[in-house]
Amino acid sequence: MSRLRTSIHASLLLLPAVVLLAAFTHVPAVRTFIGALYTTPRGKRPAVFVGLDNYRQLLDDPVFWQAMANNVWYAALTIPLSVVLALVMALAVDARLPGRAALRMAYFTPTVLPMIAVANIWLFFYTPGYGLLDQVLGLFGLPETNWLGSRDSALYAVIAVAVWKEAGFFMIFYLAALQTIPHDLREAAAIEGASRFTFFRRVTLPLLMPTTLFVLVNAVIGAFRLVDHIVVMTRGGPDNATALLLYYIYEIGFRFWDSAYAATLTTVLLAILAVLAAVQFLFLERRIHYR
Amino acid sequence: MSIADRPPGAIETIGAWLLGLLWILPLAYAVWTAFHPSAYATRFDLLAPLTLENFVAAWQAAPFGRYLFNTTVIVTMVLAGQFLVCTLAAYAFARYRFPGQSLLFALVLMQLMVMPDILIVENYRTMFALGLVDTLGAVALPYMASAFGIFLLRQTFMTVPKELEEAAIVEGCSSLGVLWRVYVPLARPVFVAYGLVSVSYHWNNFLWPLIVTNSVETRPLTVGLAVFSSTDQGIDWSIISAATLMTAAPLLVAFLIFQRAFVQSFMRAGIR
Repeated sequence: MSRLRTSIHASLLLLPAVVLLAAFTHVPAVRTFIGALYTTPRGKRPAVFVGLDNYRQLLDDPVFWQAMANNVWYAALTIPLSVVLALVMALAVDARLPGRAALRMAYFTPTVLPMIAVANIWLFFYTPGYGLLDQVLGLFGLPETNWLGSRDSALYAVIAVAVWKEAGFFMIFYLAALQTIPHDLREAAAIEGASRFTFFRRVTLPLLMPTTLFVLVNAVIGAFRLVDHIVVMTRGGPDNATALLLYYIYEIGFRFWDSAYAATLTTVLLAILAVLAAVQFLFLERRIHYR
Repeated sequence: MSIADRPPGAIETIGAWLLGLLWILPLAYAVWTAFHPSAYATRFDLLAPLTLENFVAAWQAAPFGRYLFNTTVIVTMVLAGQFLVCTLAAYAFARYRFPGQSLLFALVLMQLMVMPDILIVENYRTMFALGLVDTLGAVALPYMASAFGIFLLRQTFMTVPKELEEAAIVEGCSSLGVLWRVYVPLARPVFVAYGLVSVSYHWNNFLWPLIVTNSVETRPLTVGLAVFSSTDQGIDWSIISAATLMTAAPLLVAFLIFQRAFVQSFMRAGIR
């Protein structure tokens, strides 16, 4: 085949993917950057170029800062909790425990449920007074609590839901990695007299680093991408205590129909994801032990 | 059995099981509520009568049959689109050399970070301009070209030995013939894995369908469930739990039956 023909073949094969990716990822991303520099067209008034005015509005918007702070907290708690739990679960299921198949199922099942179903289940679980949580706490004489209705607890209540949903998913990747660790390593360590903890810290954990990186990247993206439960459980409330960045974008874009300001917020989200990508490629990749 | 293989101690076993029970508790509670009359929703009595009435009530209160149909159509469209689009693109990336290839591949991989889920405002405007708002196609379209799928299949195709391809060409296969007769059959386990991951993702997808649909004819199960549970109907938790389980049931049952395949698919799709 000549080079020209090869190129034509390749471009035909790529055409559908390129068109669809451009139409729903690249072009919208670029239009978001541009849209953030204009006002929102309303009725007969067309969009007007305003430069960085939308960003000035953003800096003065307390709800934006609240959503950012919420999202940082949400990520800072959800990610370590779900990753550590995932590792614990994987170690438990990987060990020769009685009934480990049932155990694996118990850990993994939340992952297959739609987030909306999960949110409903937990709404009920959290119901003040007669939800299971309050009933159990009631046995210990604790008063009833409006977990989702109070500013102090709502974000943590939502975080618990996210951890419940994601830990089992990450467990799968750790489990797969654990099964590739050669058996001789364990025998060698046992002969050397290494304790199980030492073995875990010096052998297992370093070998799991690529998996940890993979899981971390997924967890970080998830912390900024998944807001289904917020829509159903709290609508960002009470008083914006559970508003995450993407949820705020959804509210501005589809409840207030302010597309320019939504574009500004989306730009911030895209910038956060770009920084994450850069950190992943430049920094983390080097510190990882590859087999 | 060597020392290294000795079974874990009692404390670890009990700990693992407590965590397992804790993990299944919210779901078990919903199952309890859905299968008992409302009076027992929050009262635990082993002798409480079992009932399917909550499911009947939920099924009659909202067009769940239609929602189920919509979800099935959307998931099928996404899967068919992804298989076609991603297979062709992955083949080009794996077996062709052309100018600008690595730049194009980098652009494709960008979608791993910047997913359509995030660009909701602009994508809604696109659908509006195309006149596709409130159609099943609009729900599926943004997901058909998937960077994840292209990447996964490219990695798989690159492991196919060149000799097989050359043999097929000698036999008179065209380029597409090679793809169809050599690459696709060899990559079958990866297609299964990717298919399962894709189906469970789109069965459960919510935010984009919530935005782009607004009628019974287009709403998937997830959005239908959210609409059903938020409409003020005296919040009968027994019926809401039944509806919730109904929504999750097809995937959950499939998962329980094909547990191994599911778990292995998620592993396979993640590890490469």
